[in-house]
Amino acid sequence: MKLEDALNLSTQLEKRKVNHASVSWRRWKNRLAYLLFLLATLSGVVLLGVLIFDVISTGWKWLSPDFFHNFASRLPDRSGIKAALWGSIWVMAVTAPLTFVLGVATAIYLEEYAKKSWWSRFIQLNISNLAGVPSIVYGILGLTLFVRQLALGESVLAGGLTMTLLILPIVIVASREAIASVPASLKYASRAMGATRWQTIQKVVLPYAFPGILTGNILAISRAVGETAPLIMIGAVTYIAFTPSSVMDAFTVLPIQIYSWISMPQEVFHELAAAGIIVLLAFLLTMNGIAVYLRNRFQRKLR
Amino acid sequence: MQLAVEVDHLNLYYGETQALKDISLEMEERKVISLIGPSGCGKSTFLRTLNRMNDLINGVRISGTVRIHGEDIYQREVDVEMLRKRVGMVFQAPNPFPKSIYDNVAYGPRIHGIKNKSQLDEIVEKSLRDAALWDEVKDRLKERATGLSGGQQQRLCIARALAVEPEVVLMDEPTSALDPVSTGKIEELIVELKEKYTIVIVTHNMQQAARISDKTAFFLSGELIEYDETEKLFSNPSRKQTEDYITGRFG
Repeated sequence: MKLEDALNLSTQLEKRKVNHASVSWRRWKNRLAYLLFLLATLSGVVLLGVLIFDVISTGWKWLSPDFFHNFASRLPDRSGIKAALWGSIWVMAVTAPLTFVLGVATAIYLEEYAKKSWWSRFIQLNISNLAGVPSIVYGILGLTLFVRQLALGESVLAGGLTMTLLILPIVIVASREAIASVPASLKYASRAMGATRWQTIQKVVLPYAFPGILTGNILAISRAVGETAPLIMIGAVTYIAFTPSSVMDAFTVLPIQIYSWISMPQEVFHELAAAGIIVLLAFLLTMNGIAVYLRNRFQRKLR
Repeated sequence: MQLAVEVDHLNLYYGETQALKDISLEMEERKVISLIGPSGCGKSTFLRTLNRMNDLINGVRISGTVRIHGEDIYQREVDVEMLRKRVGMVFQAPNPFPKSIYDNVAYGPRIHGIKNKSQLDEIVEKSLRDAALWDEVKDRLKERATGLSGGQQQRLCIARALAVEPEVVLMDEPTSALDPVSTGKIEELIVELKEKYTIVIVTHNMQQAARISDKTAFFLSGELIEYDETEKLFSNPSRKQTEDYITGRFG
């Protein structure tokens, strides 16, 4: 008996040694994984930092009130971003309300009304796929449909509608997710008191989903602000010496202006482009900031 | 004695599976009726047939008749929204809206068209008093309902259901998410409420059924096995399955 015990004990000790070695290897791997993920995160942050530093150091000196008051010019000193800035604002003024209404309405239909049949799954699959279609393709569609078929010309309206098509799938997907996150128990509570489906949507679903819907919309709009390809496709012009006064006017937008400056041979225009990029980034950061602020505000109200 | 609920040869199918089999029973006005039985026996499904909440689930078919105070509620011309105003419901987990306490209680009256502020004030106070919550919340009606304790939230949900002046109140395991003290309060409340309302309550807790209900229905695999005075059903059940269940031999 005693001998057996002793043997048992020694094998147990043996095992423990092996375990000890594997534990230290495991800890090392644990540490390695942490470092790997930290490095991945930092690489993005560092790149962004370099980009912003580069752009600001090149373009900063051009940011004067004149830069915002002047139109584009072949003389760098007289060049400004006025037409492009206002063009971007005009296009967004068409795109933002349209995508909001169409996108949210579609999301409500898909989440709250459509029966879960193969047909609704088919629609949903297609919408998700549309979100991945390259933007230039939407440009071709906009050119054919809005500029030519509907004879809107190379106008703010045609540009705004094309942008609407481009970001609509993103808005629908984001709004659907927000609406799907509304607890079913709240909807049942409302229906059980005799509320109709529409009353429930108005008073329970939309207030609850609103922060998410809003965030999705603003982020999609930010993406549209930075898009160039589809607007070049529908014929937004690079040189314009006026700001639009109606939706039927010709226009240019910030990224197109930046692109045209970048493609000039003179070095000084590249500095102007950098200044334009600062304006565009400020525009985007402001919009994202608003999105974050609104989301936090409404979410606090929900708790 | 008036009949609040009359169910006659009720069958219910989820697609191909039959969840309720030939249920017939009558419930008198101003009584508490408990529905007991093991999980999946159909008691909650049965509860939801009384206010047609099953309509919200795809693929549910029903045959037979259900009358609430004499009116056949599955007739084509029945206004489902008005039916649900007459037959209120309280759910398993407290589910107050992320709104103020006041707005929670005023929700029902508002959707049924009451806009007058003083009238709403009156309804809110009366409903909260009926739900034995008024004294605890009267000074913070504008605060968020989700900040209340679980038991208070459930009493708020009861107040919310009472605010549309239902005739029948359905409760689907209303205390299963609550601690014993809160459970005790809700049970007291239910006994008080039967002076005005007919209450149908699904419960997993047999002591609860025995404590608060006048009549008890025992369901098993979609069938109504026994329906009798609570005292009789627990002390001297007439069916073997009932006896096995209440003595804890299964379920």
